[in-house]
Amino acid sequence: MITIENLSKIYGAHKVLNIESLNIPTGQSFGLVGNNGAGKTTLFSLLLDLIQPTTGHIINNEVQVNTSENWKPFTSSFIDETFLIGYLTPEEYFYFIGDLRGQNKADVDALLAQYQDFFHGEILGQKKYLRDLSKGNQKKAGIVASFIGNPKVVILDEPFANLDPTTQIRLKQIIKELAEQKDVTVLVSSHDLIHVTEVCERIVVLNKGEVVRDIETSTETLKELEVFFGSDNAEVIVE
Amino acid sequence: MFKRFASLQWKSFFRSSNLGKSLGIKIVMGFFAVYMLISLAVSGGGMYFLLRKIFPDQNPIWIVSQYFIYWILMELMLRYFMQKLPVMDIKPFLTTPVKKSTIAHYILGRSAASIYNLLTLFFIVPFAIVLLFNDYPVLNVLLWVVAIKAIVLSINYINLLVNKNDKVLIAIVSLLVLGYGLDYFGVFSIKEFFAPVFHALYAYPIAVLIPVALALLMYYINYTYLKDKIYLDAKLKAKSVEANTSDLAWTKRFGEMGSFLQLDLKMIWRNKRTKSQVYISLLFVFYGLVFYTQDIYSSMMPMKAFVGIFMTGIFLSNFGQFIPAWDSSYYSMMMSQNIPMRKYLESKVSLITVSIVAMFLLTIPYVYFGWDALAINFGCALYNLGVNIPVILYFGSFNKKRIELDQSPFGNMQGASATQFLVMLPVLVVPIIIFSIFYYIFNLEVAVGVLSVLGIIGFAMKNYLFGLITEQYKKKKYGMIAGFKEKAS
Repeated sequence: MITIENLSKIYGAHKVLNIESLNIPTGQSFGLVGNNGAGKTTLFSLLLDLIQPTTGHIINNEVQVNTSENWKPFTSSFIDETFLIGYLTPEEYFYFIGDLRGQNKADVDALLAQYQDFFHGEILGQKKYLRDLSKGNQKKAGIVASFIGNPKVVILDEPFANLDPTTQIRLKQIIKELAEQKDVTVLVSSHDLIHVTEVCERIVVLNKGEVVRDIETSTETLKELEVFFGSDNAEVIVE
Repeated sequence: MFKRFASLQWKSFFRSSNLGKSLGIKIVMGFFAVYMLISLAVSGGGMYFLLRKIFPDQNPIWIVSQYFIYWILMELMLRYFMQKLPVMDIKPFLTTPVKKSTIAHYILGRSAASIYNLLTLFFIVPFAIVLLFNDYPVLNVLLWVVAIKAIVLSINYINLLVNKNDKVLIAIVSLLVLGYGLDYFGVFSIKEFFAPVFHALYAYPIAVLIPVALALLMYYINYTYLKDKIYLDAKLKAKSVEANTSDLAWTKRFGEMGSFLQLDLKMIWRNKRTKSQVYISLLFVFYGLVFYTQDIYSSMMPMKAFVGIFMTGIFLSNFGQFIPAWDSSYYSMMMSQNIPMRKYLESKVSLITVSIVAMFLLTIPYVYFGWDALAINFGCALYNLGVNIPVILYFGSFNKKRIELDQSPFGNMQGASATQFLVMLPVLVVPIIIFSIFYYIFNLEVAVGVLSVLGIIGFAMKNYLFGLITEQYKKKKYGMIAGFKEKAS
C-alpha cells in the first residue's frame, strides 16, 4: 500500500529523517515508535504532503504523494488539534468532513452511532464548540473524524496521549477492529510501548531519523523494545 | 521586578520567529506615528493663530474647550480600533514568588507609556507654548496642560475597562453622531454646554484636581479589576459560550462549494474578530458623507472614485487580504483533506461578491448628491468585482502569518505583514490613477466606463484567472502550512 524510497528531510545541516526503503503492505497495522525528535511526526507530515521531502518520495496506493493529490480521497488522518475547526460544534465538524469525503448526513450519523461508547456522552449534543472542549475530548472528536468516509489508510499521530484510561482501552479496541479489516492500513505512532505493541502487527523504531528496528509483533516485542529504549542506543534529541 | 518584566518584553519581541517582518511593520508604523505626531504638533502650534483669525472676538481656549468633548469621544473611538490592550503572558509568573500587585502595576504602567497617550499632548503642548508667548497666565496654562494629560490618562484607563466592548463602541459612535447632529441643526448646543466645564480647567487652576483624581480613580479601578483577574480560570472561564448549531441547509444549493460557504459563514459569525470586520464594513457606508457633504471635494472627482472603491470594497479588503489566513489554525487539516482548492477559493469569492453588491446597494442613496455619485460607485463596484477580487486573492497566497480567531480582543495587527500594505496599492491606488487619467483627458463618463469595462473584462476572464490563482495557492502550500504553524507572539 505504502512504499517509501530514499526518503530524507533535511533542515539546514540537520538530517531529521532518512529512510532508504520501507514498505507497508495493505491491511497492516503499523506502529511507529521513537523518542522525541526521532522523526515520527516528520514522516507522517511527509505522508500527508504537509512538508516537502528533500530527497526521495512516498507512494501511497500507486499515487506519488508529493506530485499528485489523488491519495487524498482514500487517506485520512488526525495529527493534532490543529486538525480541528475550533468554531464548529463536533457534529458540524463531522458533517463538514463527511461533505469533503462524499458522505451525507445519514452516513455520518450511522458511523457516529458506532462510537457512542468511545465518546462517553461527552462529544455529541453538548452545545459546545470544539475550541471549548477539553484536550482529551478534542482528541476523541478528531480521531473519530478520521474514520469518516471509509478511508483505506488511517494515520494517527500519538492517539493515546491525553486520553483517560477508559478511553485508551476503548481506542485500542477500535484500532484493533479497524486493523482486522483486510483492506484498511492503519499507521499509529506512540510513546507508549505497551499500547503500540498491543494494537500493531508490526513495529518500526525510528532513532534520529533512521529506521533502527523493524519488528513483527510477538510476545517478545515489548521486552525487546524496552531493552532498546533503556540502553544508550536511543538518544533523546533535545529540541 | 519592573526591569525584569521589561527585559522579558524586549526578548519576546526580538526573539520572535517573525522578527524581520514585524520589525518592518513596526518601522512603517513608526513612520506613520512620527508623521502624525509632527502634524499634530504643527497644527497645535498654528491653532492659536488660526482661531484668532477665524473667531477674532473669542478666546482660543474657549473654542478649544467647546470642541474638547468631541475630542474625547473621537479619541475613545480611535483607541477602540487602534490601541492594543497591554497583555503579557502571566501564566509563567503565577507560581513564582512575584506579587500579583507587581504584575498588575506593570501592565497598567506600561499602558500609560502608550503612544496614544502622546497624541493629545503633542497637540496641546505647542498650543500652550504659543499661549504662554502671548502672555497668558503661566500657572493657569501649565495646570491646564496637566489637567488635559490627566484626562488623557483617564481615557486610556477607561479604554482598558471598556476592553473592546462592541456595545460601548456603538454607544460612543451614536453619542458622537447625535451630539454633532444636535449641534449642527441647532437643536441643542452640546458645544456650548460643555465649553464652561472644560474652560473651568483653565480658569480655575484648582480644578486640576478633578481630572487628576479621575485618572487615579480609573487606575485604581483597573488595578483592583486586574488583580482579581490574575488567575488561570478567571482568564479562561468567561469565554465558553453555548453553541448554537445551525445547518444552514440553503448553502447546499451551491453544490460542492456549499460546504465551504457554510464554513465561512460560521467562521465569520462565531469569531469576534471576523464579526467586527462585518460591522466595520457596514459602518463605512457613511464614509462617503465625509466627502459628499463638503464643498471642497465637489469638484475633486478622483476623491469620489477613491470613496467609491473604498465603500464598495471595504469588506473585500478587510476580509480578502487575510485569505487564507482566516483558516490558518486548521490549514494543515484542510490541505490533507480531499479539498478542491478551486471550490475553496470560489466560496470566498462568492462571499466577497455578495458583500460588494450589498455595499453598492447600500450606497445607492448617495444619488441624492447627484447621478455622478451613483455612476462612480457603480463603476467602482464593477471594478472591485472583476479586477480587485482576483488581485486580492493572488496576494493572499503570500500570507504566511497565523491568525488566532478565538483570541479575539487582543492584537488586532495579528496576521498583518508588509504584504497587507503592498496589496492596498493595486487595490486602491491603481483604479484611482486609471480613473483620474481618463477623467482629466476625457470626462467623467469615459472614466467610469473604463473602470466598468475593466471590471467586466476581469469578470469574463474569471475562470482563467482563478485557474492561475489556484495553481499559485498550490505552489505556496508548504510555506503557508509552515508559517501558519508558528504561533504569533
